[in-house]
Amino acid sequence: MSEAVDAHSDAHGHDGHDHHHHEPTFTEKYIFPLDHKYIAMQYLLTGMAMALFGGFFAYAFRMQLAWPGSDIPFFGHMSPAEYNAAVTNHGTIMIFWVAMPVLIAAFGNFLIPLMVGADDMVFPRLNRLSYQIFLLSAIVLIASLFVPGGGFGGAWTAYPPLSAEQTYNLTPAGSTMWLIAVALEFVAFLIGGINFIVTAMNARAPGMTWKDVPMVVWMICIASILFMASVGPLIAGAVMLLFDQTMGTGFFDANRGGDPILWQHLFWFFGHPEVYVVLLPATGMVAEVITVFSRKKLFGYRLILLTAVGTGVLSFFVWAHHQFVAGIDPRMANVFTITTVLISIPIAEMMFLYIGTLYGGSIRFTTPMLWALGFIFAFLIGGVTGIPLGASGTDIYFHDSYFVVAHFHFTFFPIAFMGTFTGLTFWFPKMFGRMMNETLGKIHFAGTFISFHGIFLPLFLLGFAGQHRRIYDYTHFPELALSGLQDIRVMATISLLTLLAFQVIFVFNFFYSMFKGEKAGRNPWKSNTLEWITPSPPGHGNFEGNFPTVYRGPYEYSVPGRDEDYWPQNEPT
Amino acid sequence: MAMKPLANLRSATGVSTQKLALYWLLVSEVVIFGGVLCSYLMHRLAHPEWAFQAAHTNTMAGSINTVVLLTSSLFAVLAHAAAERGEGKKAANYLYATTAGGGLFLVIKGFEWTKEISHGYTISSDTFWSFYYTAAGIHASHVVAGMLCMLWVANTVRKDVELHRVEIVGLYWHFVDIVWIFLFPLLYIAK
Amino acid sequence: MLNYLPQASSFAADIDQLFVIILVIVGFWYVATNVMFFYLMFRFRAKDGVKAQYITGKEKHLKRWITIPHALIILCDVVLIVGAIRVWYNVKQFMPENPHQVIGVVSQQWAWTFVHPGADGVLDTADDIKTVDELHIEVDKTYHFRLESLDVLHSFSVPVFRLKQDAIPGRVILGWFEPTEVGEFDIQCAEMCGIGHGIMGAKLFVEDETTHAKWVREASGQVASR
Repeated sequence: MSEAVDAHSDAHGHDGHDHHHHEPTFTEKYIFPLDHKYIAMQYLLTGMAMALFGGFFAYAFRMQLAWPGSDIPFFGHMSPAEYNAAVTNHGTIMIFWVAMPVLIAAFGNFLIPLMVGADDMVFPRLNRLSYQIFLLSAIVLIASLFVPGGGFGGAWTAYPPLSAEQTYNLTPAGSTMWLIAVALEFVAFLIGGINFIVTAMNARAPGMTWKDVPMVVWMICIASILFMASVGPLIAGAVMLLFDQTMGTGFFDANRGGDPILWQHLFWFFGHPEVYVVLLPATGMVAEVITVFSRKKLFGYRLILLTAVGTGVLSFFVWAHHQFVAGIDPRMANVFTITTVLISIPIAEMMFLYIGTLYGGSIRFTTPMLWALGFIFAFLIGGVTGIPLGASGTDIYFHDSYFVVAHFHFTFFPIAFMGTFTGLTFWFPKMFGRMMNETLGKIHFAGTFISFHGIFLPLFLLGFAGQHRRIYDYTHFPELALSGLQDIRVMATISLLTLLAFQVIFVFNFFYSMFKGEKAGRNPWKSNTLEWITPSPPGHGNFEGNFPTVYRGPYEYSVPGRDEDYWPQNEPT
Repeated sequence: MAMKPLANLRSATGVSTQKLALYWLLVSEVVIFGGVLCSYLMHRLAHPEWAFQAAHTNTMAGSINTVVLLTSSLFAVLAHAAAERGEGKKAANYLYATTAGGGLFLVIKGFEWTKEISHGYTISSDTFWSFYYTAAGIHASHVVAGMLCMLWVANTVRKDVELHRVEIVGLYWHFVDIVWIFLFPLLYIAK
Repeated sequence: MLNYLPQASSFAADIDQLFVIILVIVGFWYVATNVMFFYLMFRFRAKDGVKAQYITGKEKHLKRWITIPHALIILCDVVLIVGAIRVWYNVKQFMPENPHQVIGVVSQQWAWTFVHPGADGVLDTADDIKTVDELHIEVDKTYHFRLESLDVLHSFSVPVFRLKQDAIPGRVILGWFEPTEVGEFDIQCAEMCGIGHGIMGAKLFVEDETTHAKWVREASGQVASR
């Protein structure tokens, strides 16, 4: 392992060109930034804006489900086609335009250069380009909702032949634009991922070996690699679907020598690793917060890495558990049951290791810590409810039922929202130089956490009752029209309205504290990692010309014999 | 032209940042082409009757194109050697030759496809041809991208700067070549 | 499944039982983990003057808390996997010989067509009874079904049977069931199939011998008189 070579210890490396520093204009700084911190903010704000769209769809379709056929405030009457478009785009937006940009691109961009002791990403212009492609993809997606025919309504999984033929889906422009938006998003993250991986691999501060890299940086890198290695076949599939939609090919048309199941394989070969692509960064953030607020080393750094890599590798061998009843060879199902049940082991182990980190600690229940612990609690439910779905025998009943919906919200919501709140409440002081309000933070946590459970725990019951997915009015089905079940649907919707109401507190806290919060110093949490030695917020170049050298790992808390219970990575021994 | 950050100049792994980035790019490209080719292979094995369609591919054109691409890769190697010796102008000229090879590849393909389309073998006439045009088309788009990058690099290294970029763009070109080495037998020879 | 829906097929109880086994095993670990989780949060909350311990993760007596559950969980997983494969095999890989009848199930945007064999008991003959959105079968008899789609993917789902099978255009997919309860039940389409997916329900009539024979006579009369 060679030491990093610092040819210069001043603010920038020069490549033979003489440049005069000029103060960047407003456009250069905020609209077309090269600085990773500003690009991070662009991703964050875009992701938050897209969450409004995704959340609005959830609001609308849950109102329809609780009170079928009625006029929904701010939406009006919801037709079956609009219902399908709402559930489709809710899922698509939340995964590709909220979870990924916030967890990977926003936090990755903000944290990686800071935490490895660098002045920026290795390729700032490529970084800027990846955001621009991402923004374009978001615009195309939103535009797809307003074209003649309406937005695509074939579910986020877009199975052909429905998604391939406009005579079946009735949304010709919407389907194609949806597909192009997703493809553009993939390209944006492929390009962006290269920056994250190469920066973490190559631009580390002198002395920072692989065991000294903070867990969140590792996790974002592993997630980027996982994305890169899994999305290729789906990009191929997307080209094929696009040609089926627009050029009369028959890749997925059984009458023309094609096969609808091919799409499913291409989709899920990516789709399953994708859930770990978003999970790993969230767990990384939880690792950072748990160590700081229990004042303890991570219990099993190497083992956690092993579970992350192990899960990533295994995730390539489980995909067909989404297709147990899809018409695949029934003998294949047995293979995938085995691999799927086994993949729960490394992730369970990771959770145990995080819980184990609490042992012997001195735990402070700050807002970030509450979110990190809340993530673990909720994700455990998500994880264990995956077992009846991974077991082929029970999946026959639960496939395409609300049991699945409840399971994946118990994984995705902790990932996308609890993980995000963990990270935002923790790094807010570094990002904006001010502290968020703790009281408001705790109220937001309690309200969100409880109402989240109020939405999704009842959905398991609906799954038991045999309620299938993506239906706009369950009163059409006698077994599902029972008043007890409709009461559950109403309860879930009211919980959602409560959840949405509590987010107002967060939005207020976020923007108010940005300007009026108590000023934060460099290291308000007394953390060890390198981002906390910079000013809050860090200026251009991050380290004021004094790039750190690293002498120890990131989690040397409560080291015996020292006065302070923390030991920053850059403090000489 | 923006300055390079210090991050760009460090090398904790010992491999240059540009090369590392290219390797990761190639990883993602391998998976993309792997997806296309595996899908094609599985369909081909399940549809022996596609052999009737495949009989109409132009093996001669495919073979010539293989030689053209391999030769252009040879020029890319020579460009790299020249860059290593610090001879920017020579390296640029070899890169122009490589680009010309890519251009010739596309011209031959243009004639080939025109003939096939005029005989009724279009992208939608049969699913074999759908795969044929899609796989070769995605490959051709990478050839075009490679040519553009190569021209841009050549124009820069002509002035004897940024010579390390010659190797990077050459590696990319070799990859495009290797994909063709897989495509050629699958589309042309397997009849 | 936890008393929400009747178990109306010969394998419904198997599937429900598998779920209960999973629930018990997984539930045990879930509860145990949470007990430990909350205990640690409580026991090690910050106290004035008490510093946290410095634990490297190499301490054998602590590693045991991870490695032993790890091994036990693997054992539990083996039990779960064997149980799952057993149930799966019985429903999806095994086809009982000599079924009472074969039923055709045809899905399309947005209705179900069921082809009953008619009085001669053989499918694909002139006296077949075709119905739309209703399926009539006899209790305690074994049926094979032939599932097709005319356009997009659909899925033949009968919750009281705990049965589900996707329909793929261009293919005929086989399956089986044996109804064990008389009654009127829901049939669903369980795969997104377009704007009419939400109205693509059908009715399942499981009838005793007499009622079913009566239905066959009456329905055949309608067929013959066309």
